[in-house]
Amino acid sequence: MATAEQVAKEAEQSDVRARWLLSAPALLIILVAATGPLLIVLVYSFLTPGPYGDVKWQFSPEAWVSVFMERDIFDDTLSLAAAHITIFWRSIKLAVVTTIATLALGFPTAYFMATRSEKTRDIWLFLITIPFWTNLLIRTFAVLQIIRNEGIINTLLIKAGIVSAPVQILFTDTAILVGMAYVYLPLMVLPIYASMEKLDFRLVEAGYDLYANRFQVLRRIIFPLVKPGVIAGSILVFIPAIGAYVTPVVLGGGKNMMLSNLIELQFGQGRNWPLGSALSIAVMIIVMVALLAYVRNAGRTEVRHG
Amino acid sequence: MAKFSIKHQPGFTAIATTCFVVLYMPIVVLVVYAFNAATSTSEWGGFSLKWFQSAWQNTQVIDATLLSFQIGSVAAVLATIAATMAALATTRTAPYRGLTFKYAAINQPLMVPEIVTGVALLIFFSRVKIFTGYSGLGYLIAAHTAFCIPFAYLPIRARLENMDLTLERAAADLYATPWQTFRRVTLPLLWPGILAGLMLAFVISLDDVVITEFVKSGGQDTLPTYMLGQIRRGITPEINAISTAFLLLSVAIVTLFFFVSRKQD
Repeated sequence: MATAEQVAKEAEQSDVRARWLLSAPALLIILVAATGPLLIVLVYSFLTPGPYGDVKWQFSPEAWVSVFMERDIFDDTLSLAAAHITIFWRSIKLAVVTTIATLALGFPTAYFMATRSEKTRDIWLFLITIPFWTNLLIRTFAVLQIIRNEGIINTLLIKAGIVSAPVQILFTDTAILVGMAYVYLPLMVLPIYASMEKLDFRLVEAGYDLYANRFQVLRRIIFPLVKPGVIAGSILVFIPAIGAYVTPVVLGGGKNMMLSNLIELQFGQGRNWPLGSALSIAVMIIVMVALLAYVRNAGRTEVRHG
Repeated sequence: MAKFSIKHQPGFTAIATTCFVVLYMPIVVLVVYAFNAATSTSEWGGFSLKWFQSAWQNTQVIDATLLSFQIGSVAAVLATIAATMAALATTRTAPYRGLTFKYAAINQPLMVPEIVTGVALLIFFSRVKIFTGYSGLGYLIAAHTAFCIPFAYLPIRARLENMDLTLERAAADLYATPWQTFRRVTLPLLWPGILAGLMLAFVISLDDVVITEFVKSGGQDTLPTYMLGQIRRGITPEINAISTAFLLLSVAIVTLFFFVSRKQD
């Protein structure tokens, strides 16, 4: 005879089995068309480039060496690959500055939205959602039209007599930065707003009762409480920014490459798939380091406040 | 003396207002210049619809649009079905072995920069192409379905987490089979979440440039990859016209999404 305990256990087991079956299609699709191929990239980064693209199945650490080093074609000596290092540095710098800029602008915006009356809050949320749902390429293109030499900013500056010749913004790092901050701002605002909306303003009031000034309230009460939103927003901005492809292509022109453009080059004219693979894995490593830093940071805060 | 407001923070309203203005200004300029009669994209030559007309008559634009819709709708439906099942499997349960793994796996496409996924799929699918000889739309649909799943999963999971099991248990008590319970109780309650997930997935698919750029074979341009190619070559107001039409569609879908998600309350 089965005891009640056994019956319960069996029911639980069959429930878990059913749950695995139910999640199988999603897991399978992601495994085949997203996660699995990443492992192939890792393998490819250790192979020899084929003459017309693709690879020869022959082990070679050469791709990883050439991520940061250059081999002299005459005497085979290694030196630092200045071009690659510049691109790495530019990508990391632009991604970090974009994250900071969107945070500096997005935090007050989210705060503003969350402190509106219940009725108007939805309208503000709607207004921030529209750009979020609008095609990224279209928004980048819109920025292009504003900042180019014949664009509205330069036209206004010249008409106002501030400058005599158009200021070259397009095809510079600044253009990429402005474009990324513009397209990723909603990604920062939305998660911060989600945490901010749940903020209990009685805590803020208590802070003021205890003679805190506005800045102290912001730093000691509001910021720690919405930190999960800030972290989520920063991750959501940093990941696409470090791998940004559209913005540097449209606003940076051909010259100001970022990592994604360097990677694309290896699969096109460069015909060096192993190097492209190694660079892709390098981008993944940067993302993972950033994620780990954020997660650890988030964990620490929780302990302190918990 | 003015009343002391506990919600006030100096400068925040100014920054927020600036953000909203800056967010919309380029979009407004883009739309206005779509109706420009002049060929130049900097001078205003009067109101005209000719760029819309020229876009409408451009077979490349029409083909790319149709392809975008085709891939977007198939991928969104597949992703939503898979995400609904996955959401049912990962909510309203005591933690079990593998649950954390499932969360991580489903959200994995969000954690990898698109360029890396693009490269990975380029390599993988080029092998598959050689092996099978098939070079149709299947690759693009598979890729789009995979990165749409986490987006579709989000609102469905949120909706499920707000539903308790009482009604389903009641149905089971009244001798409904598991399928009847799902069909008659769970699904109608879950419907707004599913619809929201479907729309989100469709928009995300329609939005994609990078992964499509790497996965597509010759002649498989979607509207965004076609537009990117055009912008690289030099801009004409026709791009503004296409963008405006695209924008209108996005606004329509967001509005619909908003109504669907409001209905939950």
